[in-house]
Amino acid sequence: MRNLMAFIVGGFFGAGLLISGMTNTQKVQGWLDVFGDWDPTLAFVMGGAILPMAVAWRFTLGRKPVLRDHFDALPDPTVGRKLVVGSVLFGIGWGLAGLCPGPAIASLSFGGSGGIVFLIAMLLGMYWAPKLRTALD
Amino acid sequence: MPTDWIMGLLGGLLIGIAGAIFLLVNGRVMGASGIVGGLVDRSGLGNWREKASLIAGLLIVPAIITLAVGVTPTYLTDNLLVVAIAGIFVGVGTRIANGCTSGHGVCGISRLSLRGIVATVFYIGAGGLTVLLFKHLLGVI
Repeated sequence: MRNLMAFIVGGFFGAGLLISGMTNTQKVQGWLDVFGDWDPTLAFVMGGAILPMAVAWRFTLGRKPVLRDHFDALPDPTVGRKLVVGSVLFGIGWGLAGLCPGPAIASLSFGGSGGIVFLIAMLLGMYWAPKLRTALD
Repeated sequence: MPTDWIMGLLGGLLIGIAGAIFLLVNGRVMGASGIVGGLVDRSGLGNWREKASLIAGLLIVPAIITLAVGVTPTYLTDNLLVVAIAGIFVGVGTRIANGCTSGHGVCGISRLSLRGIVATVFYIGAGGLTVLLFKHLLGVI
């Protein structure tokens, strides 16, 4: 049942990314292009996504998930070197291609060979990350 | 264009509803990089079926929609070297930072997590500087 829900969640997530234009790399790069032809769409997407999530977080207080006996433990709140270095590296890749992990998967069926190359490179990066993470400790 | 903003808002609401269902029903945080990365580096195999199901939905539903209403191109650069380098940076960076646009951006900011806010400031800042450098100064992208 949790797996079926996860499939539905993934479907909503993918449909949302598609409808919002976030599988269009030019819209993402347009958001980052503050000194060029700036496109504010991403702010609307973020705002639209944060609203239901903010309500959901409030709703978790004093409750349990419907299909599980506890919520995921929240991460250590420390803002450290790994958070900053990782986010900068991610931002560089995001700016270069205009794709982040969600849209990279959502657009795989119609993104052509470039989309496949991006996904394989991203998976390789994710495979190497634990070694680099240890080096930053 | 205002139409794009409205579609952005509607699509964003769908993304947020997806994250809200995953949190309230499955008790989990909807972060794309954590879900994919946990399978790749084998750190999150405990619930691999749940992760694989979410990835399947994320892949299949947009495929069905584009089959039904037509394909919106991704307009990804055809410079495959840039694409490959970008992919490696996104993969390494999101896993070192333990989150991406969905995990830190949507799920983190919505609970006013300092980590989520700091990560988002840094990846948007780095992305903005990257576009400035590689588009406007070097003309590579």
